Amino acid sequence: MHPGPFRYHRAASLEEAAVMLQQLGEDARPLAGGQSLVPLMKLRLAGPTDLVDLAFVPGLSYVRHEDDGGEIRFGALTRHAEIADSGAAARFPILHDCAAGIGDVQVRNRGTIGGSVAEADPSGDWAPVLLTHVTEIRCVGPGGERTVALRDFILDAYTTALGPGELVREIVMRAPPHEDGERIGGAYIAAKRCAQVYATASAAVRLTLAGDVCRDVAIYLGAVALTPVEVTAAAEALRGRALTRETIEAAADAARSGGDPQPDMRGSAEYKCALATALVKRAIEIAARRARGEQVEVSHEYA
Amino acid sequence: MPERSDGVSISVTVNGRRHQAEIEARLLLVDFIRENLNLTGTHIGCDTSFCGACTVLLNGSSVKSCTVLAVHAAGGEVTTVEGLAKDGELHPIQQAFKDHYALQCGYCTPGLLMSTCHLLARNPNPTEKDIRKAIAGNCCRCTGYQNIYDAIADAAARVSAARAAGTHGGRAAASAEAR
Repeated sequence: MHPGPFRYHRAASLEEAAVMLQQLGEDARPLAGGQSLVPLMKLRLAGPTDLVDLAFVPGLSYVRHEDDGGEIRFGALTRHAEIADSGAAARFPILHDCAAGIGDVQVRNRGTIGGSVAEADPSGDWAPVLLTHVTEIRCVGPGGERTVALRDFILDAYTTALGPGELVREIVMRAPPHEDGERIGGAYIAAKRCAQVYATASAAVRLTLAGDVCRDVAIYLGAVALTPVEVTAAAEALRGRALTRETIEAAADAARSGGDPQPDMRGSAEYKCALATALVKRAIEIAARRARGEQVEVSHEYA
Repeated sequence: MPERSDGVSISVTVNGRRHQAEIEARLLLVDFIRENLNLTGTHIGCDTSFCGACTVLLNGSSVKSCTVLAVHAAGGEVTTVEGLAKDGELHPIQQAFKDHYALQCGYCTPGLLMSTCHLLARNPNPTEKDIRKAIAGNCCRCTGYQNIYDAIADAAARVSAARAAGTHGGRAAASAEAR
Protein backbone atom coordinates (compact mmCIF):
# COMPACT_ATOMS: atom_id res chain seq x y z
CA MET A 1 0.00 0.00 0.00
CA HIS A 2 1.09 3.55 -0.69
CA PRO A 3 -0.24 6.95 0.26
CA GLY A 4 -2.00 8.74 -2.57
CA PRO A 5 -0.05 11.43 -4.37
CA PHE A 6 0.45 14.74 -2.63
CA ARG A 7 2.54 17.86 -3.04
CA TYR A 8 5.40 17.96 -0.58
CA HIS A 9 6.57 21.07 1.26
CA ARG A 10 9.46 20.99 3.71
CA ALA A 11 9.10 23.70 6.35
CA ALA A 12 12.20 25.30 7.89
CA SER A 13 10.29 26.81 10.80
CA LEU A 14 6.85 26.57 12.39
CA GLU A 15 6.10 30.13 11.29
CA GLU A 16 6.82 29.18 7.70
CA ALA A 17 4.72 26.01 8.04
CA ALA A 18 1.79 28.02 9.40
CA VAL A 19 1.85 30.38 6.43
CA MET A 20 2.17 27.46 4.00
CA LEU A 21 -0.78 25.65 5.56
CA GLN A 22 -2.97 28.73 5.47
CA GLN A 23 -2.13 29.43 1.83
CA LEU A 24 -2.57 25.81 0.73
CA GLY A 25 -6.04 25.55 2.23
CA GLU A 26 -7.87 22.98 4.29
CA ASP A 27 -6.84 19.93 2.22
CA ALA A 28 -3.23 20.47 3.31
CA ARG A 29 -2.02 18.67 6.43
CA PRO A 30 1.04 19.05 8.66
CA LEU A 31 3.22 15.94 9.10
CA ALA A 32 5.12 15.33 12.35
CA GLY A 33 6.08 11.76 13.35
CA GLY A 34 3.55 10.30 10.93
CA GLN A 35 2.52 7.36 13.09
CA SER A 36 -1.18 8.13 12.65
CA LEU A 37 -1.23 10.15 9.44
CA VAL A 38 0.90 7.81 7.30
CA PRO A 39 -1.26 4.72 8.03
CA LEU A 40 -4.41 6.78 7.41
CA MET A 41 -2.99 7.95 4.07
CA LYS A 42 -2.02 4.39 3.10
CA LEU A 43 -5.55 3.21 3.83
CA ARG A 44 -6.82 6.25 1.86
CA LEU A 45 -8.81 7.36 4.90
CA ALA A 46 -6.86 10.61 4.58
CA GLY A 47 -5.94 12.13 1.22
CA PRO A 48 -4.31 15.50 1.72
CA THR A 49 -3.41 17.39 -1.46
CA ASP A 50 -0.36 18.83 0.27
CA LEU A 51 1.83 17.75 3.15
CA VAL A 52 3.78 20.35 5.06
CA ASP A 53 6.63 18.40 6.62
CA LEU A 54 7.58 19.57 10.12
CA ALA A 55 10.16 16.82 10.66
CA PHE A 56 13.11 19.01 9.69
CA VAL A 57 12.13 22.02 11.80
CA PRO A 58 14.96 22.38 14.33
CA GLY A 59 14.70 23.09 18.04
CA LEU A 60 11.32 21.52 18.79
CA SER A 61 12.45 18.31 20.46
CA TYR A 62 13.09 18.81 24.18
CA VAL A 63 11.82 18.18 27.69
CA ARG A 64 12.73 21.01 30.07
CA HIS A 65 11.87 21.08 33.72
CA GLU A 66 12.88 23.41 36.47
CA ASP A 67 14.70 21.96 39.43
CA ASP A 68 11.85 22.68 41.80
CA GLY A 69 9.69 20.53 39.57
CA GLY A 70 7.15 23.27 39.08
CA GLU A 71 6.90 23.38 35.32
CA ILE A 72 7.66 20.99 32.49
CA ARG A 73 7.87 22.12 28.89
CA PHE A 74 7.69 19.69 25.99
CA GLY A 75 8.69 20.71 22.47
CA ALA A 76 5.96 19.66 20.04
CA LEU A 77 8.24 17.30 18.10
CA THR A 78 9.52 15.45 21.18
CA ARG A 79 9.10 11.74 20.62
CA HIS A 80 7.35 9.55 23.20
CA ALA A 81 10.53 7.51 23.72
CA GLU A 82 12.52 10.65 24.59
CA ILE A 83 9.91 11.65 27.15
CA ALA A 84 9.93 8.16 28.68
CA ASP A 85 13.71 8.43 29.15
CA SER A 86 13.67 12.04 30.41
CA GLY A 87 14.46 13.35 33.87
CA ALA A 88 10.96 14.81 34.00
CA ALA A 89 9.46 11.34 33.64
CA ALA A 90 11.68 10.08 36.47
CA ARG A 91 10.44 12.96 38.61
CA PHE A 92 6.77 12.69 37.57
CA PRO A 93 6.04 8.96 37.20
CA ILE A 94 2.63 9.61 35.56
CA LEU A 95 4.58 10.88 32.52
CA HIS A 96 6.55 7.66 32.38
CA ASP A 97 3.36 5.59 32.78
CA CYS A 98 2.04 7.26 29.65
CA ALA A 99 5.11 7.76 27.46
CA ALA A 100 6.62 4.31 27.97
CA GLY A 101 3.40 2.52 27.04
CA ILE A 102 2.11 4.31 23.96
CA GLY A 103 1.99 1.95 20.99
CA ASP A 104 5.11 -0.21 20.76
CA VAL A 105 8.83 0.63 20.81
CA GLN A 106 8.93 1.49 17.12
CA VAL A 107 5.92 3.83 17.35
CA ARG A 108 7.34 5.53 20.46
CA ASN A 109 10.57 6.11 18.53
CA ARG A 110 8.71 8.15 15.87
CA GLY A 111 5.46 9.49 17.34
CA THR A 112 5.48 12.96 18.91
CA ILE A 113 3.60 14.48 21.84
CA GLY A 114 2.58 17.50 19.74
CA GLY A 115 1.19 15.29 16.99
CA SER A 116 -0.72 13.22 19.53
CA VAL A 117 -2.27 16.23 21.27
CA ALA A 118 -3.13 17.94 17.96
CA GLU A 119 -4.75 14.79 16.57
CA ALA A 120 -7.10 14.57 19.59
CA ASP A 121 -7.91 10.91 19.06
CA PRO A 122 -10.57 9.91 21.63
CA SER A 123 -8.28 7.07 22.73
CA GLY A 124 -5.09 9.13 22.77
CA ASP A 125 -3.00 8.67 25.89
CA TRP A 126 -1.52 12.12 26.50
CA ALA A 127 -4.66 14.22 26.97
CA PRO A 128 -6.10 12.47 30.06
CA VAL A 129 -2.68 12.52 31.72
CA LEU A 130 -1.95 16.18 30.99
CA LEU A 131 -5.47 17.24 32.01
CA THR A 132 -4.89 16.01 35.58
CA HIS A 133 -2.31 18.79 35.85
CA VAL A 134 -2.44 22.42 34.75
CA THR A 135 -1.54 22.19 31.07
CA GLU A 136 -1.36 24.84 28.38
CA ILE A 137 -0.79 24.49 24.66
CA ARG A 138 1.40 27.14 23.07
CA CYS A 139 0.30 27.53 19.46
CA VAL A 140 1.80 29.37 16.52
CA GLY A 141 -0.31 30.45 13.58
CA PRO A 142 -0.23 32.83 10.62
CA GLY A 143 -1.35 35.61 12.99
CA GLY A 144 1.23 34.94 15.68
CA GLU A 145 1.34 33.01 18.94
CA ARG A 146 -1.27 32.27 21.57
CA THR A 147 -1.67 30.01 24.55
CA VAL A 148 -4.74 27.84 25.10
CA ALA A 149 -5.54 25.81 28.21
CA LEU A 150 -5.66 22.12 27.29
CA ARG A 151 -9.19 21.85 28.68
CA ASP A 152 -10.28 24.47 26.13
CA PHE A 153 -8.08 23.01 23.39
CA ILE A 154 -9.78 19.65 22.85
CA LEU A 155 -13.25 20.40 21.48
CA ASP A 156 -14.44 17.05 20.16
CA ALA A 157 -13.12 13.82 18.67
CA TYR A 158 -10.26 14.73 16.31
CA THR A 159 -11.18 18.40 16.76
CA THR A 160 -9.10 21.04 18.52
CA ALA A 161 -9.12 24.80 18.92
CA LEU A 162 -6.33 25.08 16.32
CA GLY A 163 -7.35 27.51 13.59
CA PRO A 164 -6.40 27.36 9.89
CA GLY A 165 -2.64 27.03 9.63
CA GLU A 166 -2.20 26.95 13.38
CA LEU A 167 0.26 24.47 14.92
CA VAL A 168 1.32 23.29 18.37
CA ARG A 169 4.72 24.67 19.37
CA GLU A 170 5.04 23.64 23.00
CA ILE A 171 3.13 21.90 25.77
CA VAL A 172 3.54 23.34 29.25
CA MET A 173 2.51 21.24 32.25
CA ARG A 174 2.51 22.50 35.84
CA ALA A 175 1.78 20.86 39.13
CA PRO A 176 -1.45 22.31 40.54
CA PRO A 177 -1.10 24.86 43.36
CA HIS A 178 -0.24 23.23 46.66
CA GLU A 179 0.98 24.18 50.12
CA ASP A 180 4.35 23.32 51.63
CA GLY A 181 4.13 19.86 53.14
CA GLU A 182 1.42 18.69 50.76
CA ARG A 183 2.47 15.90 48.47
CA ILE A 184 1.39 15.17 44.91
CA GLY A 185 1.19 11.75 43.31
CA GLY A 186 -0.12 10.65 39.96
CA ALA A 187 -0.71 7.47 37.98
CA TYR A 188 -1.94 6.51 34.53
CA ILE A 189 -3.09 3.04 33.59
CA ALA A 190 -4.30 2.11 30.12
CA ALA A 191 -5.73 -1.33 29.39
CA LYS A 192 -5.39 -2.55 25.84
CA ARG A 193 -5.47 -5.82 23.92
CA CYS A 194 -1.86 -5.61 22.75
CA ALA A 195 0.92 -3.06 22.28
CA GLN A 196 -0.05 -1.82 18.84
CA VAL A 197 -3.66 -0.82 19.53
CA TYR A 198 -5.30 2.06 21.33
CA ALA A 199 -6.55 1.58 24.88
CA THR A 200 -9.92 -0.02 25.57
CA ALA A 201 -10.14 2.30 28.55
CA SER A 202 -7.68 4.33 30.57
CA ALA A 203 -7.60 6.26 33.83
CA ALA A 204 -5.38 9.14 34.94
CA VAL A 205 -5.35 10.26 38.58
CA ARG A 206 -3.55 13.11 40.34
CA LEU A 207 -3.82 13.38 44.11
CA THR A 208 -2.69 16.17 46.42
CA LEU A 209 -2.35 14.77 49.93
CA ALA A 210 -2.17 16.70 53.20
CA GLY A 211 -1.14 13.94 55.53
CA ASP A 212 -3.65 11.17 54.92
CA VAL A 213 -6.32 13.55 53.72
CA CYS A 214 -6.97 14.03 50.03
CA ARG A 215 -6.93 17.80 49.79
CA ASP A 216 -7.33 17.91 46.01
CA VAL A 217 -7.73 15.36 43.21
CA ALA A 218 -8.30 15.14 39.46
CA ILE A 219 -9.58 11.97 37.80
CA TYR A 220 -9.86 11.59 34.01
CA LEU A 221 -10.96 8.67 31.85
CA GLY A 222 -9.68 8.08 28.32
CA ALA A 223 -11.11 6.07 25.41
CA VAL A 224 -14.64 5.92 26.86
CA ALA A 225 -16.09 9.03 25.20
CA LEU A 226 -15.36 11.37 22.28
CA THR A 227 -12.98 13.37 24.47
CA PRO A 228 -11.28 12.66 27.81
CA VAL A 229 -13.85 12.70 30.63
CA GLU A 230 -13.30 14.40 33.95
CA VAL A 231 -15.09 12.30 36.56
CA THR A 232 -15.99 15.01 39.04
CA ALA A 233 -18.29 12.70 41.04
CA ALA A 234 -15.34 10.40 41.67
CA ALA A 235 -13.17 13.32 42.70
CA GLU A 236 -15.87 14.58 45.09
CA ALA A 237 -15.96 11.18 46.76
CA LEU A 238 -12.32 11.72 47.76
CA ARG A 239 -11.86 15.45 48.20
CA GLY A 240 -11.44 16.47 51.85
CA ARG A 241 -11.57 12.86 53.05
CA ALA A 242 -9.00 10.41 54.29
CA LEU A 243 -7.98 7.82 51.70
CA THR A 244 -9.45 4.56 52.93
CA ARG A 245 -10.64 1.43 51.17
CA GLU A 246 -14.21 2.76 51.47
CA THR A 247 -13.55 6.22 50.03
CA ILE A 248 -11.42 4.80 47.20
CA GLU A 249 -14.13 2.28 46.31
CA ALA A 250 -16.77 4.99 46.42
CA ALA A 251 -14.71 7.07 43.99
CA ALA A 252 -14.17 4.11 41.67
CA ASP A 253 -17.90 3.32 41.73
CA ALA A 254 -18.68 6.91 40.82
CA ALA A 255 -16.42 6.51 37.77
CA ARG A 256 -18.59 3.70 36.41
CA SER A 257 -21.11 6.12 34.90
CA GLY A 258 -18.50 8.75 34.01
CA GLY A 259 -17.91 7.67 30.43
CA ASP A 260 -20.22 7.08 27.49
CA PRO A 261 -18.37 4.27 25.73
CA GLN A 262 -19.42 2.80 22.42
CA PRO A 263 -19.50 -0.98 22.06
CA ASP A 264 -16.94 -2.06 19.47
CA MET A 265 -14.33 -4.72 18.76
CA ARG A 266 -12.52 -3.70 21.96
CA GLY A 267 -15.50 -4.57 24.17
CA SER A 268 -19.10 -3.86 25.14
CA ALA A 269 -20.12 -0.61 26.79
CA GLU A 270 -20.72 -2.48 30.07
CA TYR A 271 -17.28 -4.04 29.92
CA LYS A 272 -15.60 -0.68 29.32
CA CYS A 273 -17.48 0.91 32.24
CA ALA A 274 -16.45 -1.93 34.54
CA LEU A 275 -12.88 -1.68 33.26
CA ALA A 276 -12.80 2.09 33.90
CA THR A 277 -13.96 1.47 37.48
CA ALA A 278 -11.17 -1.00 38.11
CA LEU A 279 -8.55 1.25 36.50
CA VAL A 280 -9.63 4.27 38.58
CA LYS A 281 -9.39 2.26 41.79
CA ARG A 282 -5.88 1.04 40.99
CA ALA A 283 -4.71 4.42 39.74
CA ILE A 284 -5.87 6.10 42.98
CA GLU A 285 -4.07 3.50 45.07
CA ILE A 286 -0.84 3.87 43.09
CA ALA A 287 -1.02 7.68 43.04
CA ALA A 288 -1.44 7.64 46.83
CA ARG A 289 1.53 5.31 47.32
CA ARG A 290 3.64 7.53 45.10
CA ALA A 291 2.53 10.67 46.97
CA ARG A 292 3.85 8.99 50.12
CA GLY A 293 7.22 8.50 48.45
CA GLU A 294 6.95 4.88 47.35
CA GLN A 295 8.38 3.81 43.99
CA VAL A 296 5.67 1.98 42.06
CA GLU A 297 6.11 0.82 38.48
CA VAL A 298 3.03 0.75 36.28
CA SER A 299 2.35 1.13 32.60
CA HIS A 300 -0.05 0.10 29.89
CA GLU A 301 -1.43 -3.37 30.45
CA TYR A 302 -2.36 -5.93 27.86
CA ALA A 303 -5.39 -8.15 28.36
CA MET B 1 -5.42 15.36 -5.50
CA PRO B 2 -2.33 15.89 -7.66
CA GLU B 3 -1.52 13.19 -10.23
CA ARG B 4 1.97 12.62 -8.93
CA SER B 5 3.74 13.36 -5.70
CA ASP B 6 6.56 15.85 -5.95
CA GLY B 7 10.00 14.51 -6.69
CA VAL B 8 12.46 14.94 -3.85
CA SER B 9 16.20 14.44 -3.85
CA ILE B 10 17.49 12.53 -0.84
CA SER B 11 20.83 11.33 0.39
CA VAL B 12 20.72 8.38 2.79
CA THR B 13 23.42 6.17 4.24
CA VAL B 14 22.22 2.56 4.30
CA ASN B 15 24.42 -0.07 5.99
CA GLY B 16 27.36 2.31 5.77
CA ARG B 17 26.93 3.09 2.05
CA ARG B 18 25.74 6.47 0.89
CA HIS B 19 22.90 6.58 -1.66
CA GLN B 20 21.66 9.58 -3.60
CA ALA B 21 18.18 9.22 -5.11
CA GLU B 22 15.34 11.11 -6.73
CA ILE B 23 12.17 9.74 -5.20
CA GLU B 24 8.47 10.49 -5.11
CA ALA B 25 7.61 12.17 -1.83
CA ARG B 26 5.03 9.46 -1.07
CA LEU B 27 7.57 6.63 -1.33
CA LEU B 28 7.72 4.65 1.92
CA LEU B 29 11.06 3.85 3.50
CA VAL B 30 10.42 0.11 3.19
CA ASP B 31 9.84 0.45 -0.58
CA PHE B 32 12.94 2.61 -0.97
CA ILE B 33 14.95 -0.11 0.78
CA ARG B 34 13.41 -3.04 -1.08
CA GLU B 35 12.68 -1.61 -4.54
CA ASN B 36 15.26 1.14 -5.05
CA LEU B 37 18.17 -0.49 -3.20
CA ASN B 38 17.12 -4.11 -3.79
CA LEU B 39 17.71 -4.96 -0.13
CA THR B 40 14.89 -7.45 0.25
CA GLY B 41 15.83 -8.73 3.70
CA THR B 42 13.46 -6.16 5.19
CA HIS B 43 9.99 -7.69 4.85
CA ILE B 44 6.53 -6.24 4.40
CA GLY B 45 4.09 -8.17 6.57
CA CYS B 46 0.86 -6.45 7.52
CA ASP B 47 1.73 -3.14 5.84
CA THR B 48 -0.36 -1.38 8.53
CA SER B 49 2.24 -0.66 11.23
CA PHE B 50 1.22 -3.68 13.28
CA CYS B 51 3.49 -6.67 12.71
CA GLY B 52 6.98 -5.19 12.83
CA ALA B 53 8.46 -7.35 10.03
CA CYS B 54 9.64 -4.13 8.32
CA THR B 55 11.57 -2.87 11.38
CA VAL B 56 14.89 -1.16 10.58
CA LEU B 57 17.12 1.23 12.50
CA LEU B 58 16.81 4.87 11.46
CA ASN B 59 19.54 6.97 13.09
CA GLY B 60 20.00 4.18 15.62
CA SER B 61 16.33 3.82 16.64
CA SER B 62 13.99 1.06 15.56
CA VAL B 63 11.15 2.17 13.29
CA LYS B 64 8.50 0.45 11.22
CA SER B 65 9.69 1.31 7.73
CA CYS B 66 6.19 0.77 6.26
CA THR B 67 5.06 3.78 8.33
CA VAL B 68 7.93 6.16 7.62
CA LEU B 69 8.23 8.20 4.43
CA ALA B 70 11.59 7.73 2.75
CA VAL B 71 12.04 11.52 2.75
CA HIS B 72 12.25 11.32 6.56
CA ALA B 73 15.48 9.33 6.19
CA ALA B 74 17.08 12.18 4.22
CA GLY B 75 20.49 12.98 5.63
CA GLY B 76 20.20 10.03 8.00
CA GLU B 77 21.54 6.54 8.52
CA VAL B 78 19.57 3.35 8.05
CA THR B 79 20.62 -0.12 9.18
CA THR B 80 18.79 -3.10 7.73
CA VAL B 81 19.21 -6.80 8.50
CA GLU B 82 21.78 -6.96 5.68
CA GLY B 83 23.96 -4.64 7.73
CA LEU B 84 24.37 -7.07 10.63
CA ALA B 85 26.67 -9.82 9.33
CA LYS B 86 30.26 -8.77 8.57
CA ASP B 87 32.56 -10.62 6.17
CA GLY B 88 30.32 -13.67 6.17
CA GLU B 89 30.26 -13.87 9.95
CA LEU B 90 26.83 -13.67 11.55
CA HIS B 91 26.20 -10.94 14.10
CA PRO B 92 26.01 -12.44 17.63
CA ILE B 93 22.28 -11.66 17.69
CA GLN B 94 21.77 -13.61 14.46
CA GLN B 95 23.90 -16.48 15.77
CA ALA B 96 21.85 -16.61 18.98
CA PHE B 97 18.59 -16.76 16.98
CA LYS B 98 20.05 -19.60 14.92
CA ASP B 99 21.34 -21.52 17.92
CA HIS B 100 18.04 -21.27 19.80
CA TYR B 101 15.85 -22.17 16.81
CA ALA B 102 14.18 -18.79 17.31
CA LEU B 103 12.57 -18.91 13.90
CA GLN B 104 10.47 -21.24 11.83
CA CYS B 105 9.24 -19.60 8.62
CA GLY B 106 11.60 -16.68 9.23
CA TYR B 107 9.33 -14.00 7.85
CA CYS B 108 9.29 -11.91 11.07
CA THR B 109 12.95 -12.56 11.85
CA PRO B 110 14.56 -9.50 10.22
CA GLY B 111 12.28 -7.24 12.24
CA LEU B 112 12.92 -9.12 15.47
CA LEU B 113 16.68 -8.93 14.90
CA MET B 114 16.51 -5.15 14.43
CA SER B 115 14.30 -4.71 17.49
CA THR B 116 16.85 -6.73 19.44
CA CYS B 117 19.63 -4.43 18.16
CA HIS B 118 17.67 -1.43 19.44
CA LEU B 119 17.11 -3.08 22.84
CA LEU B 120 20.67 -4.27 23.45
CA ALA B 121 22.21 -0.96 22.40
CA ARG B 122 20.30 0.72 25.24
CA ASN B 123 19.94 -2.07 27.76
CA PRO B 124 22.81 -4.58 27.71
CA ASN B 125 21.31 -6.69 30.52
CA PRO B 126 17.56 -6.88 29.87
CA THR B 127 15.21 -8.74 32.21
CA GLU B 128 12.59 -11.06 30.77
CA LYS B 129 10.05 -8.26 31.22
CA ASP B 130 12.32 -5.84 29.34
CA ILE B 131 12.60 -8.35 26.49
CA ARG B 132 8.84 -8.89 26.32
CA LYS B 133 8.24 -5.15 26.18
CA ALA B 134 11.00 -4.65 23.59
CA ILE B 135 9.43 -7.05 21.09
CA ALA B 136 5.78 -6.24 21.80
CA GLY B 137 5.72 -4.56 18.39
CA ASN B 138 6.92 -7.65 16.52
CA CYS B 139 4.52 -10.47 15.71
CA CYS B 140 5.67 -14.05 15.18
CA ARG B 141 2.94 -16.44 14.09
CA CYS B 142 5.07 -19.61 14.25
CA THR B 143 7.20 -19.92 17.33
CA GLY B 144 5.11 -18.95 20.33
CA TYR B 145 7.97 -16.59 21.26
CA GLN B 146 9.70 -18.72 23.92
CA ASN B 147 12.71 -19.50 21.76
CA ILE B 148 12.87 -15.84 20.74
CA TYR B 149 13.07 -14.75 24.39
CA ASP B 150 15.77 -17.36 24.99
CA ALA B 151 17.72 -16.17 21.95
CA ILE B 152 17.54 -12.51 22.96
CA ALA B 153 18.63 -13.26 26.52
CA ASP B 154 21.57 -15.24 25.15
CA ALA B 155 22.30 -12.54 22.55
CA ALA B 156 22.58 -10.01 25.37
CA ALA B 157 25.34 -12.07 26.96
CA ARG B 158 27.09 -12.57 23.61
CA VAL B 159 26.93 -8.88 22.67
CA SER B 160 28.30 -7.89 26.08
CA ALA B 161 31.16 -10.36 25.64
CA ALA B 162 31.83 -9.08 22.10
CA ARG B 163 31.76 -5.52 23.38
CA ALA B 164 34.29 -6.35 26.11
CA ALA B 165 36.51 -8.09 23.54
CA GLY B 166 36.06 -5.33 20.94
CA THR B 167 34.98 -7.89 18.31
CA HIS B 168 32.19 -7.98 15.74
CA GLY B 169 28.73 -7.38 17.20
CA GLY B 170 30.03 -5.38 20.11
CA ARG B 171 31.03 -2.54 17.83
CA ALA B 172 27.68 -2.54 16.03
CA ALA B 173 25.82 -2.33 19.32
CA ALA B 174 28.12 0.39 20.58
CA SER B 175 27.67 2.52 17.47
CA ALA B 176 23.89 2.33 17.82
CA GLU B 177 24.24 3.25 21.48
CA ALA B 178 26.29 6.32 20.64
CA ARG B 179 23.14 7.97 19.29
